[in-house]
Amino acid sequence: MKREKVIQVADLTKRFGDFAAVDAISFDVYRGEIFGFLGANGAGKTTAMKMLIGISNPTSGQAQVAGFDVFTHAEDIKKNIGYMSQKFALYDDLTVRENIRFFGGIYGLSRGRIKEKSDALIEELGLQGAAHKLVGALPLGWKQKLSFSVALIHDPKIVFLDEPTGGVDPITRRQFWEMIYKAAHQGTTVFVTTHYMDEAEYCDRVSIMVNGKIEALDSPKLLKEQFQAANMNDVFLKLARG
Amino acid sequence: MKRFIGFIKKEFYHIFRDRRSLFILFGMPIAQILLFGFAITNEINNVDIAILDSSKDDVTEEIIHKISASKYFSIKQFIEKESDIKGIFKQGKVKAILNFEKDFSKNLVKDHKTTIQIITDATDPNTANTIANFVNAILQKYQKSLNEDLVVAYQIVPESRMVYNPELKSVYMFVPGVMTIILMLVSAMMTSISITREKEMGTMEILLVSPLKPIQVIVGKVFPYIFLSIINAVVIVVLSIFIFKMPVQGSLFLLALESILFIVSALALGILISTISATQQTAMMISLMGLMLPVILLSGFIFPISSMPVPLQLISNIIPAKWFIIIIKGIMLKGVGLEFIWKETLILLGMTVFFIALSVRKYKIRLA
Amino acid sequence: MKTILYIIQKEFKQIFRNKGMLPIIFVLPLLQLIILSNAATFEVQHIKFGYIDGDHSATSRALVEKFDASSYFEVWTDFPSEVQASAAMLRGEVDVVLNIPPYFERDLQKDKHQSLGVTINAIDGAAAGVENVYVTQIIQGFNQGLRVDLQQITDQQVQAMAIETIPLFWYNETLNYKTFMVPGILVLLVTMITLFLSGMNIVREKEIGTLEQINVTPIKKRQFIIGKLFPFWVIGMGLLTIGLIIAKLIFDVPILGSLPLMYLYTSIYILVVLGIGLFISNFTDTQQQAMFIAWFFTVIFILMSGLFTPIESMPKWAQVLTEFNPIKYFVEVMRMVMLKGSGFMDILPQLSKTLLYALIMNGLAVWSYRKTS
Repeated sequence: MKREKVIQVADLTKRFGDFAAVDAISFDVYRGEIFGFLGANGAGKTTAMKMLIGISNPTSGQAQVAGFDVFTHAEDIKKNIGYMSQKFALYDDLTVRENIRFFGGIYGLSRGRIKEKSDALIEELGLQGAAHKLVGALPLGWKQKLSFSVALIHDPKIVFLDEPTGGVDPITRRQFWEMIYKAAHQGTTVFVTTHYMDEAEYCDRVSIMVNGKIEALDSPKLLKEQFQAANMNDVFLKLARG
Repeated sequence: MKRFIGFIKKEFYHIFRDRRSLFILFGMPIAQILLFGFAITNEINNVDIAILDSSKDDVTEEIIHKISASKYFSIKQFIEKESDIKGIFKQGKVKAILNFEKDFSKNLVKDHKTTIQIITDATDPNTANTIANFVNAILQKYQKSLNEDLVVAYQIVPESRMVYNPELKSVYMFVPGVMTIILMLVSAMMTSISITREKEMGTMEILLVSPLKPIQVIVGKVFPYIFLSIINAVVIVVLSIFIFKMPVQGSLFLLALESILFIVSALALGILISTISATQQTAMMISLMGLMLPVILLSGFIFPISSMPVPLQLISNIIPAKWFIIIIKGIMLKGVGLEFIWKETLILLGMTVFFIALSVRKYKIRLA
Repeated sequence: MKTILYIIQKEFKQIFRNKGMLPIIFVLPLLQLIILSNAATFEVQHIKFGYIDGDHSATSRALVEKFDASSYFEVWTDFPSEVQASAAMLRGEVDVVLNIPPYFERDLQKDKHQSLGVTINAIDGAAAGVENVYVTQIIQGFNQGLRVDLQQITDQQVQAMAIETIPLFWYNETLNYKTFMVPGILVLLVTMITLFLSGMNIVREKEIGTLEQINVTPIKKRQFIIGKLFPFWVIGMGLLTIGLIIAKLIFDVPILGSLPLMYLYTSIYILVVLGIGLFISNFTDTQQQAMFIAWFFTVIFILMSGLFTPIESMPKWAQVLTEFNPIKYFVEVMRMVMLKGSGFMDILPQLSKTLLYALIMNGLAVWSYRKTS
């Protein structure tokens, strides 16, 4: 059975003046896959991701996300994706429940569904005691997990995670990845950028971006073979040093 | 010290890199002073009036001619009946209506007495009163010319000398005020926002754990704004001298020193605001909502303080802008030296010290 | 529609949860209305008056007494010489100095005509003009008295022709300045609060990073904007209501016109202000920039609104500029409807201009709001 492509990208480019932040990248992502999008800071990961989620217009190239074109149907894409930015983006001055209700509401979930989702989500995260606390008062790890859950609230086909585990402790990171696996298992495609190379090992496939271009794309195992490296960190170093 | 200079440099970079804010900081005060210097005046000119002339004789015609010749009035329309008055007032087309009684000149000749009503729209009491006074003055002059051949009795004639502003230009009144309000709000707003911004972004903590002392952090943040405000003050003074022909009778050097003192006091107020507000939003609302109207209304910028009720006169004393306006007017228009304004200077100095002391205390409490 | 409700709910929660802001939004403006309305008066009173009496005669004393008796002047000091008098004026202790020369009485009786030097501090030109009128009036009154005292009334004087002027002050017989100022200051406060809050609102989310999260949702531009602005619209209307109650209860300002008409106008007017605020928010990256721009326009709008100084006295080009000033229309309408009882047809020009303004500003605001960059 041929696997369904949920993201198709061909020669996608973003220029700021003379500088090509993203330089003609091409790749596909399949349904249910955990796709790692790696690169050093400034390699163009976030810019590329912003084009895919429809908040930045590409300069040229083609891209389809969840079956919709990024140039013409950005708003349709938005119904089918979830996004968690590297900057914590829930409202600090709303409570856990209020944040869930708000985002559920603007994704058009019914009142009953929001209630159901909130209860399930709070229980899953073990936030029963903190449901009526302001989000600003939660520890960072909890905030991150909550953000991820909120990004999934409308059961999107694809969820985009921009460096989701920045600044959290190893235990929380482990828990976070368990949540990612669970989502992928339920059929959600996960598109994740990171610069933690150990996390790259958890992905089904990874691409490595250097200076706006994708220099390598394969499963971690095959990449290690190709570059004759013991781990992804070495793969990355070999690529980055040219 | 080297570290401190490095920090100040960083602050300058921050400001100069943000072209848009820089443009706003310098462009807006210039635009404002030009606009206001030319446009705002509390003189009453060109008031639109209407005439209701039931006599239409030589005398009324002559009076109407005299009224329309004066620069104070422009006759907008003639109406025929008294019942029209209400309607045109409600539309706000004219501010006053002159109503000549019937048989105006006949009564004047026969009874030596005739009347004219000055009906004013007194929703604006100042304009209404001034209109009544001006019309009265024009008529008195006319009346005098009618009675020219009569022998005059004892006459004492006041000869008024308008000092400091012989041409009664309202620019002299408003430029010092506009300068004050710009320096005050820009300085206080800039500092309060830039400090709370660091707090909100979490970068303040980083600065505070650095080897820099808290006082150095604050001074470093404020220093570039002192510099910017001084440039603003210089530009405003240059504009007022060359464009509005404001005299500087007193010493420019003293004016410069006093301006720096005022800028520092406004910045200190800004620091104080930043210590009591957690977010930029709060800091801005305090400096805008809390400062704008009191500075405009209670500083003597537009409205004379001596006409206010006594409690408000007392409150006006805590407005730094009031003292600075007295100082600038003194130096620029009256040409006084420090011996005449030492009291105001001392008050400003005291306020500055007070603001700084209070902020330092607040910061210590916060850090403890 | 449901989506909009979620946004409105969220905005209200955030506004009411910010305990630092609540007093600034609700208490500060009303406090200012109550206090500052008393400050705004052009009435010239309590004029600081000094004199130099070089004559020390019955006439000079009588003249000074006339000033003392007037409610406009507060007789401050009797200066021994001009030097002291001008020093006092430099210090700002007196604003008007009357200089009675030596042999004043003797010369008056001899020549029947005498000049008196009056020095007036004219930095505030308008006040100086009024002070001059008062001085002249008092001296004229004094002249009249002199005729009675020193001279028999002649037949000729009875013959003099007199034009009697009767000033009638409509709508405000006592020339109460507060009646004029309270509606105007209320207008300012409503404008400032709604403009500053809306101007900061979206740029704040931009700065914190939550706006990006909103932009990846399928929400529509107009849903988002309506949801954002509605709470501020409600706050503006609320402030108007409380302000009107204060105007009535504390200042006893008459409300002659129709309340629904005032609310109709205000509801459109606030849309203009919110549109401007949003437009500013869209074009700035930081709250600091947004505030400077909002501040710049507010100061211009306030000072060129005819609220404090008359628009007719401005040069022609400046009068043309005021046509673009929304505060001008609001001030006019409030004063017309409240104080004169103007009706719908009377304010139609202002109403239609404001409506047009609202459409343009909100159109621009929605157009300039970009979900993508």
